[in-house]
Amino acid sequence: MLIIDCPYCGERDETEFSYGGEAGIARPQHPESLTDAEWADYLFMRSNPRGPHRELWNHAQGCRRWFVAVRDTVTYRFSETAALQAGASGDAE
Amino acid sequence: MSRYSVFSLLRNAISHNRNWPQAWRSPAPKPAYDAIIVGGGGHGLATAYYLAKEHGLRNIAVLEKGWIGGGNTGRNTTIVRSNYLWTEAAQLYEKSLKLWEGLSAELNFNVMFSQRGVYNLGHTLQDMRDIERRVSANRLNGIDAEVVSPAEIARRIPYLNMSRTSRYPILGASFQGRGGVARHDAVAWGFARAADSCGVDIIQQCEVVGIRKRGDEVCGVETTRGFIASKKVGVVVAGHASVLAGMAGIRLPIESHPLQAFVSEPLKPVLDTVVMSNAVHGYISQSDKGELVIGAGIDAYNGYGQRGSFHTIEHAMAAIIELFPIFSRARMLRQWGGIVDVSPDACPIISKTPVRGLYFNCGWGTGGFKATPGSGWVFAHTIANDAPHELNAAFDLARFSSGALIDEHGAAAVAH
Ligand SMILES: Cc1cc2nc3c(=O)[nH]c(=O)nc-3n(C[C@H](O)[C@H](O)[C@H](O)COP(=O)(O)OP(=O)(O)OC[C@H]3O[C@@H](n4cnc5c(N)ncnc54)[C@H](O)[C@@H]3O)c2cc1C
Ligand SMILES: [Zn+2]
Repeated sequence: MLIIDCPYCGERDETEFSYGGEAGIARPQHPESLTDAEWADYLFMRSNPRGPHRELWNHAQGCRRWFVAVRDTVTYRFSETAALQAGASGDAE
Repeated sequence: MSRYSVFSLLRNAISHNRNWPQAWRSPAPKPAYDAIIVGGGGHGLATAYYLAKEHGLRNIAVLEKGWIGGGNTGRNTTIVRSNYLWTEAAQLYEKSLKLWEGLSAELNFNVMFSQRGVYNLGHTLQDMRDIERRVSANRLNGIDAEVVSPAEIARRIPYLNMSRTSRYPILGASFQGRGGVARHDAVAWGFARAADSCGVDIIQQCEVVGIRKRGDEVCGVETTRGFIASKKVGVVVAGHASVLAGMAGIRLPIESHPLQAFVSEPLKPVLDTVVMSNAVHGYISQSDKGELVIGAGIDAYNGYGQRGSFHTIEHAMAAIIELFPIFSRARMLRQWGGIVDVSPDACPIISKTPVRGLYFNCGWGTGGFKATPGSGWVFAHTIANDAPHELNAAFDLARFSSGALIDEHGAAAVAH
């Protein structure tokens, strides 16, 4: 069981959270002008790294807010959790 | 290679089993091969075997970073069936099932394939509609399938909880009688021994760390034992598919997740078939040693750690005890995890890539053990001919941009 540090509530058990996958996948600004390959990349392709992974979590059974985390996919250790910036799908930049 | 037979068994018994020959060689890598297979799981070894046997290639290497069968091949719950919904998937898995049916003889190695039947339980009216539909689709594809009534299930599986008042009562099941289980290690070893006897070099402790290209063509792999040249490289590394694809600058629609399983202490024979339930989410069989073999669902997060969270196995155990209250007092003996390569449509990718001579076979996720011989068979064809066989043509990488996905979440959602 992972212990996850919600930026709003602090450390809680993993069972209170739901996972939102890779962070930083922004919805295309001009969907009508995308090629099939660009759509495929947006919808299906994932970086799936072995090592640090920027990902989204939702504190579903707590404050119900989304946030970004950096977690190592081998050790599962979180190095960082941070609030989501307004308007960004996990892109804190 | 000396053949295994009742006579070799007797001969070796008399000499106290001291003179068994090694089952395969451990050669040093040569500088170049006609084809390199990356990944010494069942799929990689089967690919090498069929490349040699069916396509006449002789100069082949299988490169495995750990030991053969140490990945998902040796970590799965060994359920074999072919009752998938869509024609493309059903035919691919059925090809595999047909190969399973002759595999021990073909490999001269007992893979302990046991066609004890597989039940997929239905707990809701919608489950039962889906089961009726899938069974009908299977029959149209020439695959054995039947819908089984609760009374018949109660007769055939005496300890299953058929109470009408349980939270998720069992309303029926689909049954595939030709499905069953096999001995996972034996599958790796059997393919390894048979491939070796066709001249395939099986090289363990050899990790691929880079894929070398010349222009848009592959020319070999960098490994922890040096560069090895080849104009054909087939990658079958399950949970590590994205890592290897990254080495060639390719993005895949794959995410790696932990998938866990566990076994109980050995018990007297109590369950002579395989029972799976999508709705409560568990699957169970009993091994020949007597252990109950139980599988969980994937952990939600991406993971390469070959382990998952405890609540995931707790959930699977709760489902199994709901189905079989009698197992509530069985003690669990061992628990482990694998890294499964999950694709968006729960179907594999067996495909050419934008890099000429580089082929990927991945995305089997939670359910590729059953496909081991068939996957190797079509992948060997794809590599040898630089073109897919008609059985795997639909399973290419291009389907994610064309939109022609093959949605098997219904038949594959339970990890198995
Ligand atoms: C707990 C669990 C239960 C399952 N239950 C079932 C089931 O009941 N029925 C079913 O059909 N399927 C099941 N599966 C899925 C099934 O195990 C897999 O789909 C299948 O075994 C994949 O085989 P493979 O040969 O492709 O992969 P693997 O056996 O994982 O082989 C891949 C190999 O590649 C090697 N490798 C990785 N990176 C490199 C590198 N850089 N260089 C060299 N080698 C590398 C790995 O070490 C590994 O040995 C289950 C899986 C798990 C984890
Ligand atoms: Zn919170």
